[in-house]
Amino acid sequence: MSAGKNKTTVTAEPGKQEVFITREFDAPRELVFKAHTDPDLYAQWLGPRGYEMVLETFEPHSGGRYRYIHKDPQGNQYGFHGVFHEISEELMIQTFEFEGLPERGHVTLDTMRLEKLPGDRTRITVQSVFQSVEDRDGMIQSGMERGVREGYERLDERLAELLAEQPLRG
Amino acid sequence: MARKPTTHDPFNAVAEPKRRRILEVLGKQEQAVNELVETLGWSQPTVSKHLRVLKEVGLVSDRREGRQRIYRLNPERLKPIYEWVAPFERYWSERFERLDEVLEGIQEKEK
Repeated sequence: MSAGKNKTTVTAEPGKQEVFITREFDAPRELVFKAHTDPDLYAQWLGPRGYEMVLETFEPHSGGRYRYIHKDPQGNQYGFHGVFHEISEELMIQTFEFEGLPERGHVTLDTMRLEKLPGDRTRITVQSVFQSVEDRDGMIQSGMERGVREGYERLDERLAELLAEQPLRG
Repeated sequence: MARKPTTHDPFNAVAEPKRRRILEVLGKQEQAVNELVETLGWSQPTVSKHLRVLKEVGLVSDRREGRQRIYRLNPERLKPIYEWVAPFERYWSERFERLDEVLEGIQEKEK
């Protein structure tokens, strides 16, 4: 198993609107590219483990659209969509919007470079540019916030159950 | 999200590239101001100005040694700056680990 050997590096400099994500893969570039453009393969790995992935629209060519939905085990749905601007084995450029935000239009511009490395390996570098520093910082911290929110939701459910079990006294 | 002034917020303090450079140098070894001036090739007022900001947010501390002031890095104050990207990094790590599995699967089949 090569999984776990290659480290994902995230660089987010304070006060900037962008994030860089870098990762190497033990596979030739054409395969890494295929895993990004073949709908069956793409649906297998995109998104968090344990979530169901529905690739609703997927047109991996310049000007094409995409929309996918992650469904978590509790039945919550998270939609994402965007447009492909450039799709080649070296360069993939697309817009990205998470539909679950309170306000529409918080779009990022994602540029992914795929570099051939010796030994049939590949390096991916993603540059994600946000509309503001606040948008970027919000996105970075949303992982933490989601964990906290889910914790509270579970607590709410448990409290509701306890209240239901409790006979009311007049 | 509103940011506190630079002098109170380590995040803003490291937003300035010169200050990050100072932290890099001090990360290797503690240094006196004149040594920093020499290593970095900047003027003494520039170095002192940035050291003052870094000291105010607690990223560096200093002590007197004879006529000199020796500065050193406080690495524990840098921790929150690395930690804030951790959940985001985990999200991408997990996603790419699944991609590894898919890529391995294809390569196995082709053999």
